[in-house]
Amino acid sequence: MRKELVDLSINGRRHELAVEPNRTLLDVLREDLRLTGTKCGCDDSSCGACTVVVDGQPMLSCLLLAVSYQDSQIQTIESLATQGELGALQRGFVQEGGSQCGFCTPGMVMSLHTLLESTADPTEEEVRAAISGNICRCTGYMQICRAVRHAVAEIREEEIREKERLHA
Amino acid sequence: MSGSGDIDGWVGRSVPRKDGVAKVTGQARYVDDITMPHMLYGVTVRSSVPRGRIKAIHYSDKIPWEQFTIVTAANIPGENVIYLLMGDQPCLASRVINHSQEPIVLLAHSDKNLLEAARGGVTIEVEPEPGVFSIEDSLEQKEIVWGSDNILKQYHMNKGDVDSVWPSADFVVEGEYRTGAQEQLYIENNGMIATASPAEGVTVWGSMQCPYYVQKALMRLFALPAEKVRVVAAVTGGGFGGKEEYPSMIAGHAALLAWKSGRPVKMIYDRAEDMAATTKRHPSRTRHRTAVSRDGKLLGMDIEFTLDGGAYATLSAVVLSRGTIHAAGPYRCPNVRVHARAVATNYPPHGAFRGFGAPQSIFALERHLNKVAAVVGLPPEELRRRNFLHQGDLTSTGQEVREPVDLEGLLDRAFSATDYRAKVQSFARSNIGSRIKRGIGFATFMHGAGFTGSGEEYLASIVGVEATADGGAKILVAATEMGQGSSTTLAQIAADALGISFDRVTVAEQDTANVPNSGPTVASRTCMVVGKLVETAALALKAKVAEAGIAGDFSTASAAYIKIHGPLRHFAKYAAPPGIHWDDQSYQGDAYGAYAWAVYVAEVAVDTLTYEASVTDFVALQEVGRVIHPRVAAGQIEGGVAQGIGYALYENVQWKDGRMANNQMTNYIMPTAADVPPIRVLFAETPYAYGPGGAKGIGELPIDGPAPAIANALENALGVPFDEIPATPEKIMTAVRGAR
Ligand code: FES
Ligand code: FES
Repeated sequence: MRKELVDLSINGRRHELAVEPNRTLLDVLREDLRLTGTKCGCDDSSCGACTVVVDGQPMLSCLLLAVSYQDSQIQTIESLATQGELGALQRGFVQEGGSQCGFCTPGMVMSLHTLLESTADPTEEEVRAAISGNICRCTGYMQICRAVRHAVAEIREEEIREKERLHA
Repeated sequence: MSGSGDIDGWVGRSVPRKDGVAKVTGQARYVDDITMPHMLYGVTVRSSVPRGRIKAIHYSDKIPWEQFTIVTAANIPGENVIYLLMGDQPCLASRVINHSQEPIVLLAHSDKNLLEAARGGVTIEVEPEPGVFSIEDSLEQKEIVWGSDNILKQYHMNKGDVDSVWPSADFVVEGEYRTGAQEQLYIENNGMIATASPAEGVTVWGSMQCPYYVQKALMRLFALPAEKVRVVAAVTGGGFGGKEEYPSMIAGHAALLAWKSGRPVKMIYDRAEDMAATTKRHPSRTRHRTAVSRDGKLLGMDIEFTLDGGAYATLSAVVLSRGTIHAAGPYRCPNVRVHARAVATNYPPHGAFRGFGAPQSIFALERHLNKVAAVVGLPPEELRRRNFLHQGDLTSTGQEVREPVDLEGLLDRAFSATDYRAKVQSFARSNIGSRIKRGIGFATFMHGAGFTGSGEEYLASIVGVEATADGGAKILVAATEMGQGSSTTLAQIAADALGISFDRVTVAEQDTANVPNSGPTVASRTCMVVGKLVETAALALKAKVAEAGIAGDFSTASAAYIKIHGPLRHFAKYAAPPGIHWDDQSYQGDAYGAYAWAVYVAEVAVDTLTYEASVTDFVALQEVGRVIHPRVAAGQIEGGVAQGIGYALYENVQWKDGRMANNQMTNYIMPTAADVPPIRVLFAETPYAYGPGGAKGIGELPIDGPAPAIANALENALGVPFDEIPATPEKIMTAVRGAR
């Protein structure tokens, strides 16, 4: 198949590359860009392991054709830790045991990352709804829910400290 | 949390997991994340009929075959067998087909798309033969599909004389119970990468639980000695038993393609292939006949326990063994007979899945005891209370319970946590006239940790601990981290034994070239058995340093030791706890070094319009010895309970002509975050003298209890028995309508 030149914006960086028009975003991320944090767990868009954030929305990258997302901002798990420093949600996962085998984790974290961007203090139902498309076989979801609560508390404390700093 | 000589120790604390950061950042390297220069991809061409004879293999002339590497049975350098316990399963079928997913031809190419087209270009011409697709047909020998009688393995377990009790019994209660197949559904599919050549031997990297099983299988397949077969476990995305035996098959396939092509070959299954072709939990049928006295004392239990093993023996013998030993549960009964059989059918082989035969026989027993209680006229908890095992009693294998066990106490605590008695009454009232029927049910059970009987002695596991030059320590084990937290808990155990910081302990990569054979990562044995060996080796290391007369804490002293004497390491070998005896013939003796004890309580709601059932509350209370890492332990229980909820209600493998018809995650329904209720995990801790820091095994226990607790809750809600799982809406509808 003939390749097309595409220009993708991933984790704030532009990547120009030649890809076949039938390639999924998942394959391009994993194989062409070697961003292997995003996982493939099924063949029928039903596991959520491949979840990335596209223009602020969680999307299944195994369903998207790479050529169609040239005007989008794409965010993967690799973007969440800045200079080796984990994000609050990632810290929550480590602290609360939200990740066991870890294979669902990148997708889980990206779904929840989007939730926390829009909902500062989600209810348990909102958390569960946000990950209802992300299947985890290891945890029974309890420690994932706790990880979110941990992150929410940490973010709030950080905000309070920030305010106090401004006042002082 | 740094510095050495921490007074309280590391065991018992929820320290951050060793593998946490790599996994939340996407840096953890699973097999599909690894690539090699000049790597090819491999695929498998399988049978499509479940039983028959191969007449010919046709290759379409539309495919440029000269670009492909093609492997059939004729290309196998050693024996055409995937060796585990027996040599009955071929690596590639050459003449006979025994199940619908039998691998026949392997193809490799650098382009995945061309490979898919090529797979479709191979046709296997088969002369079909009639197959056997049920336990009944296999037992009746409708066709002989394995050996001379279709029996893969059988045991006769005998305690006392059950036939002597029928005349004197006040009641004799009979029942039949069934469980379906269940897919492990680890989220990472099976996969391997192999390099191989006659000069270099074979090396494989992949997703697995048991590196030394894979090595053993590859040695036969390639007729190579151990030093020429190297197996490395990549980060493994879940196993649950599903990566206990099948990795040997896929490793063999990838290595054969690499051997022939001279290039690295990566083979990763997609979900549909993984679900259709790899092993699942054995379907079962259990028949109970129980003699009981008027006051509810169990006098005799006659149990017929049968597993559908599928087309080859694989691990059926040991799965059956565990199911047999757990069949009579944590109850005192002087006369017990279990006739257990694993029978062959023409389904793809069934295999290991968390619980390993115990969930099947425990489901049957915990359902049956509710039936017995109803016949005697006692509440189900009272019947159990009158028969619980206590310290000093003998289990069904005649094993004396040496540790204190307090099942009454566990039952009371679980009931008060769930308000069980009040709920039984309030549901009975509120269900009248209500569309939603609620119910509550429970199961009491035990689970033996480690290999059965003399298994651990045969395994003779070896574990190493090595001091590092910087004053830390490295653990050398073949136990793989598949999410259960072993790299963390083993490090905690070593840190305490050495008196150094948890942060200074690492676990070496599971590479057969570097780590000793500490046995397979199965049977809830890693923490208890392997962990104990880690503790022993670490203590010996410390003693070595002390003997050398070097002063200071371990970190300082071991670093000084290495400077003077060179490498400092110690290997510890398994020794059975004192007084352990097992007789394989009579199936009597000390079946397991230790048992975990548990009471699980489930609450359900059933919509009587849609017949959908859901679990609305769940309490899991267990006594597992000392808890090494409370958060990891709770995570194991929560995950196991979620799998148990799926097993009880949703996970329905639909077979059609000997193959799984719903081999996709869209139509094989498993619990999502929205289906699993909050799971309340409670521990009772009674330190076990022979476990590291007092710990017992834990990993499998949580899959045993949910299904019977949920089925008992369904009966409580609807007033009709549920003796077969999964209790799908269709089955619930049939049961409810049948009762009208
Ligand atoms: S890989 Fe499973 S949903 Fe995309
Ligand atoms: S942590 Fe293993 S699938 Fe979620």
